[in-house]
Amino acid sequence: MILGRYIPGDSPIHRLDPRTKLLGCFYYIGIVFLANNWITYALMFALTLGLLPLAHVRLGFFLRGVRAIIYLILFTVLLQLFFTTGGHVWWQWGWLTVTSKGVVNAVYILCRLVLIIFASTLLTLTTQPLGLADAVESILKPLKPLHVPVTELALMLSIALRFVPTLMDQTTKTMNAQRARGVDFGSGGPIKQLKAIVPLFIPLFVSAFSMADDLATAMEARGFRGGDGRTRYRALAYHRGDAVAVVLLVVLTVVLIVLRTH
Amino acid sequence: MQPVIDIQDLSFRYREATTDALKHVSLTVNPGEWVAIIGRNGSGKSTLAGNIIGLLEPERGSVTSGHVTVSGLPLDDEHVWDIRARVGIVFQNPDNQFVGATVADDIAFGMENRAVPRAEMQQRVQAALSAVGMTDFAEREPARLSGGQKQRVAIAGIVAQAPDIIILDEATSMLDPAGRRAVIDLVTQLQQERHMTVLSITHDLDEAARADRIIMLAHGAVADVGTPAEIFTRGTELAANGLDVPFPEQLKVALRARGVSVPDDYRTEKGLVDYLWTLRSTM
Repeated sequence: MILGRYIPGDSPIHRLDPRTKLLGCFYYIGIVFLANNWITYALMFALTLGLLPLAHVRLGFFLRGVRAIIYLILFTVLLQLFFTTGGHVWWQWGWLTVTSKGVVNAVYILCRLVLIIFASTLLTLTTQPLGLADAVESILKPLKPLHVPVTELALMLSIALRFVPTLMDQTTKTMNAQRARGVDFGSGGPIKQLKAIVPLFIPLFVSAFSMADDLATAMEARGFRGGDGRTRYRALAYHRGDAVAVVLLVVLTVVLIVLRTH
Repeated sequence: MQPVIDIQDLSFRYREATTDALKHVSLTVNPGEWVAIIGRNGSGKSTLAGNIIGLLEPERGSVTSGHVTVSGLPLDDEHVWDIRARVGIVFQNPDNQFVGATVADDIAFGMENRAVPRAEMQQRVQAALSAVGMTDFAEREPARLSGGQKQRVAIAGIVAQAPDIIILDEATSMLDPAGRRAVIDLVTQLQQERHMTVLSITHDLDEAARADRIIMLAHGAVADVGTPAEIFTRGTELAANGLDVPFPEQLKVALRARGVSVPDDYRTEKGLVDYLWTLRSTM
């Protein structure tokens, strides 16, 4: 499973500013919906796949990673295929119909989903979670005058990210400790499985509380007085690559608008 | 000499407790001194540390009296943040006090809070990293560090702040013997280079033996004050306070039981070895 994972590297894509990548990804997902004929979809695919070698990611690795959501894609595509009405009716059985319009819609949906998944997977593959947290803070900054606690949100996000591996360790330890006491995880019916989760969740919550307490004490002892009046150690900076990326996106948008059918 | 920490008649009670966690504690620590505070669990050691930097404010406890002065500043609402700027504290659990997402971020956290300009922060982070010997680990995440390395990062965070006082609140209790020794050696080195005052709260005898002075707490009150040599000779009293007796003292008790005469004063391992070989010498 590579969805949401980060692979360290030093490609031109890795070096882009996380803000560019995050906003660029959203924008890209937006303009995927501009595409509405074969040429535009072919163009989008060529571009997306062209980004892979630029990010030093092999296509095979990438495909194997996104395989996990193939059923979700298939489900959506089949729904489109069987339940769209209009155009020639090619096949009918009860309330299931396959029409020419249905087939076209299904293929478009497939293309869109695949493009969106590729773009967002590429984003997480090439951007450190911490960079994304910084990007979110920087992007939300304009909301500060509206009393949105941007700095606190960013701090919470970065602490949450930092504690993910710690809590995973804790979970494994607690699970093993409960197994040693005879708790049977992952077997039996749904009710039994839910019951087995209780001796895992309660100690986890309690230890999360005590961690939070310790952390708050340590933060206060180190002079943390809230989000205001702090300086930042990490800083984001735009480089030439970011300008290139923006130009590319603008050109792509114009080309898509020209090539799309009305 | 003006004491750097001056505690006069401090009493403290947690909100839902029935007895005071600290009872009329008075003690002073001189600049550049290494003072160890020992005592069994629940004797009030950590409460004392929390009181020195105002983490346990009067509002959080129901009964608080007494005066605490740190670096000449009285502990009150007005000065508490200035005091925290002068005191660096390393807590027990290396995982739960690591704030930053990477080593460098964690070291910078305290400076960010005090609005140190970014360029200066970068310089001080580098200096602190090399002071604790962790230069190659700047971009590492806490999950990929050992317990001892995390405590070094915690110390680096303090070094970057350049405080007058370091408080080690059982900072070595979750480390293995090698990690423990490394952290103590590191703090010793920092203390000597930067003339810091060290207040170590500990169950660890090596750490206590390293101190210039030991303060023993029992049931929230000061039970005994003395040099390690003075305190360590009180074997039964140490045991009654839930502490180990150092190995040379254990050996002396065993030798006395076998009829070998041994000196009453405290000897280090080397001191005892010297005594024993002169005893055996027939020349």
